[in-house]
Amino acid sequence: MTAEIIVVTSGKGGVGKTTTSASLATGLAMAGKKTAVIDFDVGLRNLDLIMGCERRVVYDFVNVVHGEATLKQSLIKDKRYDNLYVLAASQTRDKDALTQEGVEKVLDGLSEEGFEYVICDSPAGIEKGAHLAMYFADHAVVVVNPEVSSVRDSDRILGLLASKTRRAEKGEGPVTQHLLLTRYNPARVAIGEMLSVKDVEEILGIAVVGVIPESENVLTASNNGIPVIVDAASQAGQAYSDTVARILGEERPLRFVDVPKKGFLQRVFGG
Amino acid sequence: MGILDFLKRKPEATASVARERLRIIVAQERSTRGAPDYLPMMRNELLEVIKKYVHVDLEAININFERDSGHEILELSVTLPEGKQAARGEAKGEAKTG
Repeated sequence: MTAEIIVVTSGKGGVGKTTTSASLATGLAMAGKKTAVIDFDVGLRNLDLIMGCERRVVYDFVNVVHGEATLKQSLIKDKRYDNLYVLAASQTRDKDALTQEGVEKVLDGLSEEGFEYVICDSPAGIEKGAHLAMYFADHAVVVVNPEVSSVRDSDRILGLLASKTRRAEKGEGPVTQHLLLTRYNPARVAIGEMLSVKDVEEILGIAVVGVIPESENVLTASNNGIPVIVDAASQAGQAYSDTVARILGEERPLRFVDVPKKGFLQRVFGG
Repeated sequence: MGILDFLKRKPEATASVARERLRIIVAQERSTRGAPDYLPMMRNELLEVIKKYVHVDLEAININFERDSGHEILELSVTLPEGKQAARGEAKGEAKTG
């Protein structure tokens, strides 16, 4: 059996790639899928913090690629979900530590271990790390903020996904592209201060797979090292759950994209 | 007056500005996507040559690269300025006066 490989990418930094990788991987595990999430950001390891396993990293991705540790030794088992594993990035400063052959070996190894999904958390930019993260992907989740530089960069990334991936080079059919709009603020959209879901969809020419509202729960979750999807009471958590369901083929309407209607008391007293 | 202005102040609806700017830049970048890396350099050199005859700036030169099945099309258009100085030379290729 071959694992489905999903790259989480964006071009621009700070738009929520690692937050998204952590929540998608956790959501897939919650849905019963054996899932691994890999941090491709060599030199700037961070997924471990968001997943809350930073003190349990012994071996990392580069150790496996260089044969200094086995895949089994390097995979960190999640505390909450038995079928969820993390492979941390190396803190080495050597940018050439990862190779295409090395990455392929690790991904093949994960398939052999019976993993159904592998999430590749891409570094920002379009350099080697980002290229390697997307190269073997079957699906791509392009994380975009409703903001000009992020939208432009994601269009660059969509172009690269269509040309610089194994699927594109070998003519194996395109990488499935999913657009995920994060840090969405419906109130600012309503008064014309922020690009809307429709604007972003029209500019980039693809539909969104999910919209994650700007939420204070995201910071709380990262402070605690618990992916926000685990916080089922939060809107961001619920929006990520919807996104995972859609990736798995379920149809769900978008939530949290409109300004909530104020109740009578709120209208009278404000707030 | 200042206080009244402040009270009346409405947030500017800048999303429409963002949308228009993005539409244009995304379309432009898509049109040169997959094009050879030498394109910007070639554009600058062409500009130098054209400048010998006509006074134009960089924005007057538009390069489009298209890939059809089997063949590639490099389309170059130069917008010549209005007025007398434009008459010094004849620009070849797809040229229009605007």
